[in-house]
Amino acid sequence: MDRLVLLVSTGVARGLVIALFALSLVIIWRAARIVNFAQAAMAVMAVYVAFAIEAATGSYLLALLAALVTGALLGVAVERGLMRHVAGRTPMPGMIVAIGLVMVLQSLLGILFGAKHRPMTPVLSESPLYVGGVPVLSRYDLFVLVVALVVVVGLGLLFNRSTLGLQLRASAVAPEVSRLLGVRVPRMVTIGWMLSSAVAALAVLLLVPTELGLNAHSGDVLFVHAFTVAVLGGLDSPAGALLGGVVVGVLVSLVTGYASAGLAPLAVLALLTTVLLVRPGGIFAAKEARTA
Amino acid sequence: MRAATGRTSAGAGSAFVPAPGTAPSSAPGPATAPALEVEGLTVGYTGAPVIDGLSLAVRPGEVVALLGANGAGKTTLLRTLSGLVAPRAGRVLLDGDDLATASVEDRVRRGLAQVPEGRSVVSELTVEENLQLGALWRHPGRAERRAAVARGYELFEPLARRRTSLGHQLSGGERQMLALARALVAAPRVLLLDEPSLGLAPRVVAQLMGVLRDAAQRTGLTVLLAEQNVTSALSIADRGVVLSLGEVVADAPAAHLAADPALRHAYLGF
Repeated sequence: MDRLVLLVSTGVARGLVIALFALSLVIIWRAARIVNFAQAAMAVMAVYVAFAIEAATGSYLLALLAALVTGALLGVAVERGLMRHVAGRTPMPGMIVAIGLVMVLQSLLGILFGAKHRPMTPVLSESPLYVGGVPVLSRYDLFVLVVALVVVVGLGLLFNRSTLGLQLRASAVAPEVSRLLGVRVPRMVTIGWMLSSAVAALAVLLLVPTELGLNAHSGDVLFVHAFTVAVLGGLDSPAGALLGGVVVGVLVSLVTGYASAGLAPLAVLALLTTVLLVRPGGIFAAKEARTA
Repeated sequence: MRAATGRTSAGAGSAFVPAPGTAPSSAPGPATAPALEVEGLTVGYTGAPVIDGLSLAVRPGEVVALLGANGAGKTTLLRTLSGLVAPRAGRVLLDGDDLATASVEDRVRRGLAQVPEGRSVVSELTVEENLQLGALWRHPGRAERRAAVARGYELFEPLARRRTSLGHQLSGGERQMLALARALVAAPRVLLLDEPSLGLAPRVVAQLMGVLRDAAQRTGLTVLLAEQNVTSALSIADRGVVLSLGEVVADAPAAHLAADPALRHAYLGF
């Protein structure tokens, strides 16, 4: 029982990181109708900057801010410099360009920093805390949980309680109608990329200290899990990304804990297949696609 | 406001059909500068132009019904005026300012609003949020925006009961009410409407037309109303402009247009 509690609580913390990354994919999908396959590579690049800032200043807080800012700037650069110029009425051209961008960024990171994993020390202890004698989350897991929840709540408030969020939501589902109401849709797309890339960078920054360390491919598994989550939840659904993230996080944690880490990807694949067979659009797929 | 600004050249058995080769003469009276002016507009997607050298002027506060069969060029004209489609040639002027370089969003901010065809509410937003979105650029302050949204509910009371409903949960009539209310809360100077009565019950159409007529009379709103429901459109319009194959074939006061049997038979189908 103790083991189950530990695995579930750790899975929830890990799941929220996956959910954050999935949320970043959903934000871009809603803003620009692109599955950004380069999201992980862009996020890893931002985390390299954060890593350098932490090494230079010794401040984790500055590193965290650097990851967010660099992620946001990379989002703007990719959208303005590349994606905006990709013609096409379907998502496919943008996705192909994104896949090309992954290759470029990962090669660039490999050339600059080599293939070696650079260990990042968690800012807090990874030893589990005990509640009533039962091991639960570590301090770092708790930190991850709190940061992820703060970001999720912050994004929720931004999208549902602010005029910027109103414009972002409107331009995502009805760009032409939004333009006719004075919403500057291209600017909203850029802001969507900024937000999305910053959130993805934060997710990778939170994850890397619990993994082997930082290298060009540090975000790859996270991307696969998050992409699965986004598809499970329905690419249009932030709520689906959140719930799916937690479900996949707990599933991976339980399978890893009770069986083996090698089986975890298979379990995720089985979950994905089952959901898509039952509900091809995803569990929380929107009833109506964009209107204009 | 039933000003006789129409063309009166004879031809084709109608008092309002221009003679062949006659340049459009829809200029307003000398006392009033047009709110919206179109000069020699040519628009096309591929091949032959959909609109061919069209000229038109609409005075402040005037309600002009844009009539014609499917494919006449009504929707293309409205989309060009709002900046969604770029013209091949010609000019669009709003209060005398050339809109050639103005984006869709800039045109909206200058007071040119469009309600496109198809009850274009944002389906994932609630009624309240749709109205807020309409009021956003005109009323950046929260209290001011709230007051504007309240005015939207006053225009169409059924919307007040559905304020938390999502756009896709509304009936066709409610959607069109919302689309019109959303455009009006931004207090535009010129409103372009594309087929607002399409598929709606006569009672709802009458309500929509009443609100439009009232808004034009109370606020001086200029309206260009593209419609296939000729009777409804002419019932509130000061003037009717008939398009056929992208050209103006008649331009006359609404009452005269409705009373011209030759024109009605040739172009309006009733």
